[in-house]
Amino acid sequence: MPNAFAPRGAIEKPKDRKKVLRRLWSYLGRYKWMVAAALVLTVASNFFALIGPKLSGEAIDAIGSAPGKADFSAVFYYCFLMLVFYLLSALLSYLLSVLMIRLSQKVVFQMREDLFGRLVILPVRFFDSHQAGDIISRFSYDVDTVNASLSNDLLQIATSVITVAGSFMMMLQISPLLLLVFVVTIPVSIFFTRYMVRKVRPLFHRRSVKLGELNGFVEEIISGQKTIKAYHQEATMIGRFDRKNKEAVDAYYNADYYGSMTGPSVNFINNLSLALIGIFGALLFLNGNIMLGSLSAFVLYSRKFSGPINEIANIISELQSACAAAERIFRLIDEEPEAADPPGAGVLSDVEGEASMEHISFGYTPERTIIHHLNLYAAPGSLVAIVGPTGAGKTTLINLLMRFYDPDGGQILLDGRDIQTVTRSSLRLSYAMVLQDTWLFNGTVFENIAYGKKDATLEDVERVAKAAKIHSYISKLPKGYDTVLNEDGMNISQGQKQLLTIARAMLLDAKMLILDEATSNVDTRTELQIQEAMRALMRGKTCFVIAHRLSTIQNADTILVVQNGEVVEQGNHQELMKRDGVYSGLYRSQFE
Amino acid sequence: MKKIFQYLRPYAGRMAGGLAIKFTGSIMDLFLPWILSYIIDVIVPLKNVQLVFLWGGAMVLCAVIALVANIIANRMASKVAQKTTQTLRHDLFAKISSLSCSQVDSFSIPSLESRLTSDTYNIHQMIGMMQRLGVRAPILLLGGIIVTLALEPVLALVLIATLPIIGFTIYIISKKGIPLYTRQQAGVDAMVRTVRENVSGIRVIKALSKIEYETDRFSGVNAELVRREKKAGVTMALTNPIMNLVLNTGLTLVIVVSAFRVNAGLTTPGTTLAFLTYFTIILNAMLSITRMFVMFSKGSASAGRIRAVLESPEDLATELSETKDSEYHIVFDRVSFSYQKKGDNLQDISFRLRRGETLGIIGATGCGKSTLISLLMRLYDADKGNILIGGRPVASIPPEELHTMFGVAFQNDFLYSDTIEANIDFGRGLSHEQIVKAAACAQAREFIEALPDGYSHRLTARGSNLSGGQKQRLLIARALAANPDILVLDDSSSALDYRTDSLLRQALARDYKGTTTVIVAQRISSILHADHILVLEDGCELGYGTHEELLESCRLYREISQSQMGGGDVA
Repeated sequence: MPNAFAPRGAIEKPKDRKKVLRRLWSYLGRYKWMVAAALVLTVASNFFALIGPKLSGEAIDAIGSAPGKADFSAVFYYCFLMLVFYLLSALLSYLLSVLMIRLSQKVVFQMREDLFGRLVILPVRFFDSHQAGDIISRFSYDVDTVNASLSNDLLQIATSVITVAGSFMMMLQISPLLLLVFVVTIPVSIFFTRYMVRKVRPLFHRRSVKLGELNGFVEEIISGQKTIKAYHQEATMIGRFDRKNKEAVDAYYNADYYGSMTGPSVNFINNLSLALIGIFGALLFLNGNIMLGSLSAFVLYSRKFSGPINEIANIISELQSACAAAERIFRLIDEEPEAADPPGAGVLSDVEGEASMEHISFGYTPERTIIHHLNLYAAPGSLVAIVGPTGAGKTTLINLLMRFYDPDGGQILLDGRDIQTVTRSSLRLSYAMVLQDTWLFNGTVFENIAYGKKDATLEDVERVAKAAKIHSYISKLPKGYDTVLNEDGMNISQGQKQLLTIARAMLLDAKMLILDEATSNVDTRTELQIQEAMRALMRGKTCFVIAHRLSTIQNADTILVVQNGEVVEQGNHQELMKRDGVYSGLYRSQFE
Repeated sequence: MKKIFQYLRPYAGRMAGGLAIKFTGSIMDLFLPWILSYIIDVIVPLKNVQLVFLWGGAMVLCAVIALVANIIANRMASKVAQKTTQTLRHDLFAKISSLSCSQVDSFSIPSLESRLTSDTYNIHQMIGMMQRLGVRAPILLLGGIIVTLALEPVLALVLIATLPIIGFTIYIISKKGIPLYTRQQAGVDAMVRTVRENVSGIRVIKALSKIEYETDRFSGVNAELVRREKKAGVTMALTNPIMNLVLNTGLTLVIVVSAFRVNAGLTTPGTTLAFLTYFTIILNAMLSITRMFVMFSKGSASAGRIRAVLESPEDLATELSETKDSEYHIVFDRVSFSYQKKGDNLQDISFRLRRGETLGIIGATGCGKSTLISLLMRLYDADKGNILIGGRPVASIPPEELHTMFGVAFQNDFLYSDTIEANIDFGRGLSHEQIVKAAACAQAREFIEALPDGYSHRLTARGSNLSGGQKQRLLIARALAANPDILVLDDSSSALDYRTDSLLRQALARDYKGTTTVIVAQRISSILHADHILVLEDGCELGYGTHEELLESCRLYREISQSQMGGGDVA
């Protein structure tokens, strides 16, 4: 089937669909008892609902056919029973709904947990290449879609199946011959439904994808609001948004365009079979093959039969969108996580702090190598400064040291051990780091500072906050250390954020320290004031410092000058100044 | 919800058309059983095969009409839902774009995001669903009631007597339901926030091995959201059984009453029987209506959240004011400002700049440097004092005019996934020459042209495929590209090495002579050539003058200078 809307990735293989369904079922399967209970309740409440009409028939019979002949005690008796059964039926159906809500919420909870559990173990590369909004959309819209379908559709299908099976048996009893009508219409139904499923599925998939893209766009743009305002580009962004929005609503419409055909079409097939039954039934009657009473009973049951089929048809389009959403959820859950630590990976403890890189090559994409055969050595407790023009690959070195990325060639040693052979978490915990891009979360100041240390007390936190010269600012906040930081709060300055992350790093007992432009947004005077604390922080640790303010690194043991992914100069300040090369050029330029 | 109806109004005609078509389709659906019973009751006893085929053909015709009508009506409904959602989302986004920074702060970004996506999506679904279910159910309900009234007014009245109870139930549950759904959406906000934080902070989280902690934190948020969803669901699930129970109780009453009436000879058992058949139709219609009503409650909650944004007052309106001729381009006159409206973040700041002059601002972290910039650009309104540009108060300059005067690069500014060229151009439709010129001045040209696809190189989200310094240079290029009247660089060269920084300064001095410039910096070297330097501490002016003057007069400035330049004035 040629399809102009083929979304990315092959998704039309029925095998995949079965896989998606099987996985969805595996979520439900964990709650087998609840599913079983739901089925029992469905049967029971349907049964009670069916008893009602029967009782009302009895009651009407008891009224009698002529004035003055009513058997009031029988009428009251049956009416009382009716009330009881209706009450029971209502109770059961409420119980059933609650049960289904609980069941689907359990599934949804688990699904979000699985999503998140996978998300946080994905390699950093994934986050560098995916939009936050699109990821969020899987947590919200896609999970919601699955949820809606689980809590409504499954029940509907169960009810429908029961009714369909029942009516089918009754019809078979009445006239196997007339049932032949369904031999024509049911295959048509099935064929049509299959066709629709194939047609509609990619459309629903596209609908999910487009909504994800819209989400991604919104996330990006709203975060950059201040800049957009500053350039008065609201209109441009609205224009872009309109395009994304149109794509999203169009995808929705396209899915609906075909999806909403399903109901009326199946209804049509049912109506058609009704007409056929009418015609053939009449012919059969004329031939003396069937009684009139049986014919009308058959018609009644065929109505009962087609009603649920109608429902199922409607549900199928909902299931399609649930499947498309589930597919996106599973795709994230199936993303390759950071490779597991090799079996028998060592745990780094009591790190000395001797680090070296040997013949390291690396590129973020295979086509573009940005680090070429780089060598680096840091003695325990030494201060290694990495300088070089912007874009020379300094931050990349940090990514490699902490194994956010793995090199394409060469090896990195820590205390003489290849860092590929130790567990990632013990490797990373050997480092404390302060990055240029500060990260704070929506928690209290206390929680943010104590983030890296589980059992930190308020005293500890205050101590480091004082050392980082941020204590007085914090005490001026409305709730002091209990003030909740708004992640995007615009009234905390970049520099203050940096001081908070410095305080956070001060709480760690790591043996290695990475400062990537740690004080770039802190003014020099504050920097001077926290120098003492920074020195204390660095004492006894192997430090990797990336800084542009060369004044801060003059006393480094080793200064590596990196240019185009290679170490071009190496030595201490005096040596490098004497050499009169790249470094001395950089140094002098700050006074130009 | 009223707000949503406003959005539906332009499509009233189309909706009415759709509903009419849907009506035809539904009627056809109702005709079919009637024809069938006519065939069985009337035609078959006539033993006329031709008539059987004739009426059978009529059934097929009805079925075809129903098919076509329903499909057309459904599609029209989808179209209306599509158009309405599109406009609604557009307006919402436009409104969010016009919110002031403090309004954005108070809604919070994750919440605005989910209002734009998840809430509008709920509305989309609701509009589609209501149109599709909204015809058949009321027709059946009304039709059923009318027929029963015609059949047996007294019995029908018994049934109708239950309607107020149903109405009351709907009222009570929706009163409870809408806030529950609102709370559920707030739970969605919290979840979105947590996921968002984790995506942006993944390096720190991994470095500190906080994966377990974050997973627990998410579990907490997730559990709370599920709890709210469950609460809303369980409450709304009450509607269906209650409706059923009330209606069925009504039905039982009908039988009791009819027993008396039959006994008294006022009605016949046959009528009662027919009554019960129609009652089933009424009941089914009621069930559809319940479903719609649940949908409606959910939609209302979302509509409320959308309305809160749409109706938030216009902040920072343009005020009328006289223009005075002024020799100064930018004037700050005794300006004070506070974010929280207690404890000034800026206090009594004054300075004057002529056209083409440069102001350098230096001071401790958190002293109010960036705040000052925000006031100049009127991202916030000053609490006291006047800010004038070209003799006009900033509050009197329409935003489109005000903001096009500026070229600005903020700290940690915003890059988005598009080409480098688009990121510099930023929607202003600049020529390629302008962009290359700006990139060259911002010292970005070299690295851009070294990229395999140069200016059409695509950035990833937040520009994560560039280094910190490369990002800053792009941002500066963006600020320069349109030859702005006023250039604002808010600590935007902090990630540049000194050589690049000094090349940048030289290029600025050479190519952008006539541009009034405000530079916020940590480095003395970035501002020491400025015509005026403002030294800030805790939001107050500590010193104002040229480099030389300040070295004399301002102790703090001298200290900073000494610490950075090793004391000597190398310049």
